[in-house]
Amino acid sequence: MARAVSNKQKTFNTVAAWSVALLLFFPIAWTILTSFKPEAQAVASPPIWLGFDWTLQNYIDVNEQRDYLRFFWNSVIIAVGSTVLGLIIAIPAAWSMAFVPGRWTKDLLMWMLSTKMMPAVGVLVPIYLVFTRMGLLDSRIGLVVVLTLMNLPIIVWMLYTYFKEIPGEILEAARMDGAGLRAEILYVLMPMALPGIASTFLLNIILAWNEAFWTITLTVTNAAPLTKFIASFSSPQGLFYAKLSAASTMAIAPILILGWFSQKQLVRGLTFGAVK
Amino acid sequence: MGQITLKAVRKSFGDVHVIPGIDLVINEGEFVVFVGPSGCGKSTLLRLIAGLEDTSSGTIEIDGADATNLAPAKRKLAMVFQSYALYPHMSVRKNISFPLKMAGMSAEEQEKRVAHAAKILNLSSYIDRKPGQLSGGQRQRVAIGRAIVREPSAFLFDEPLSNLDAALRVNMRQEISELHQSLKTTMIYVTHDQVEAMTMADKIVVLNAGRIEQVGSPMELYNSPANLFVAGFIGSPKANLITGAEAEKYNATTIGIRPEHLDVVASGGWEGRVILSEHLGSDTFLKVDAGVLGTLTVRAGGEVALRSGDSVHMAPQMDKIMRFGADGKFMA
Repeated sequence: MARAVSNKQKTFNTVAAWSVALLLFFPIAWTILTSFKPEAQAVASPPIWLGFDWTLQNYIDVNEQRDYLRFFWNSVIIAVGSTVLGLIIAIPAAWSMAFVPGRWTKDLLMWMLSTKMMPAVGVLVPIYLVFTRMGLLDSRIGLVVVLTLMNLPIIVWMLYTYFKEIPGEILEAARMDGAGLRAEILYVLMPMALPGIASTFLLNIILAWNEAFWTITLTVTNAAPLTKFIASFSSPQGLFYAKLSAASTMAIAPILILGWFSQKQLVRGLTFGAVK
Repeated sequence: MGQITLKAVRKSFGDVHVIPGIDLVINEGEFVVFVGPSGCGKSTLLRLIAGLEDTSSGTIEIDGADATNLAPAKRKLAMVFQSYALYPHMSVRKNISFPLKMAGMSAEEQEKRVAHAAKILNLSSYIDRKPGQLSGGQRQRVAIGRAIVREPSAFLFDEPLSNLDAALRVNMRQEISELHQSLKTTMIYVTHDQVEAMTMADKIVVLNAGRIEQVGSPMELYNSPANLFVAGFIGSPKANLITGAEAEKYNATTIGIRPEHLDVVASGGWEGRVILSEHLGSDTFLKVDAGVLGTLTVRAGGEVALRSGDSVHMAPQMDKIMRFGADGKFMA
């Protein structure tokens, strides 16, 4: 039976939820608003809320100064590439951890996760040197590899929890039915874990899209994704808030739209396995 | 096709010796039932034969060839699991044809065999449904269908009926027996239910703590159980085991008498007081407190007007008394 909630409580919850949501969304909303302001009004104090001279000039300027589409495609290639590569490595890894665990499986999982607790800058110098020697600086391939490695622990962990939910007997049945390892993963495990694989895919696209540290430090122009696009507008010649906001808006719009349409899948994915 | 030989097969998980060493021959076309209490190693033994577990030592031969280190897929055995283990994302048709697809069979041949299996098992009307839309009994049929289409050299059943309700269990039991009669393929069936073992088996293997207590036909086990464990396990309700002075009268340490071999008589024999009477119509089971003899179970044919608290006289059928020595072994 549902717990009885008084109207007063309901009102309070609604107000509280909206307050938190608005607080979290405010910076994004402010960025979007600023992107439509003339540069002078963008820095006006006190700030002008809505009564400014609405303009699209910032978007036009930004596109004239930089080739937005090139940055956009780099972001797409890096995000999708690193996620797909990550899944190709992580699916067999998570399969073995979930269904044929060894003595050290739990420790291995913890160790993998612990690498995420280390600040990325700690390995900046070695990675930068390796990239220089191998000629990977400012290459999409290089970024795909780095982002795959960065997100691999999370991909493996997420898949591991999904795979754990699948009864082992079904995989054994496939083995009895004559399926080899490849057929077992391809025809039985993958279709059953598809919702989990889909949400892992989505989350990692978002993580890779938003990754700023490696994408900014390891690129110059050729492989530069949208994070670099934003950063390039905070130039030493002075800050152009309105243009910076327009660039930011254009950089986050694709992922916001993707997130909006897949939020149901994402929430299901992130809470999967929490309740049996 | 379908002979399975186990030679000195052992299985340990770490320091736990689940199966300390088993030798067994399963002949072609036989219906063999592994029976025993839970944790006796019967499922492990089946999984060793299937190849789902690796043996710690010993050899498993299938049709004369060493299969000890063969992958499950290569053993030409089919298995029906307790949980049915159907592929939830595939239709009944796809489930049944999966092993055929894995064997690289042509689409027409697959279709033909699936249709044949569906007909035998009455699956045709829900061939395009997903397992989630089926009842327990229907799922069980699909699992059996998936096993029979590929014409394996032997079928392995791991407690396949334990998730079904009582009435359905009896039906499916008979269907599996009929299936065995028509296919004449070797079947190995694991159960903890001795009624299933008695009714279905050509040969019963009674297991206890990973060891074989006795191998024999149902009637051999019923009439001359090798030891006290088998005597107590086979038969329903359980045989009465009596020790002490009464057993010594028969030159035995323990005597066993089955509930159906105790007759209710007007006077003489053993005397006791009814604790509980269960009236099934066809039979009446009496639980009787017989003093120094302990609590005895008596099966009285038909309807008997005895109620709890009534005094009762019981006479054992002399030729049915089973005698056991101090070591618990059967004495002829």
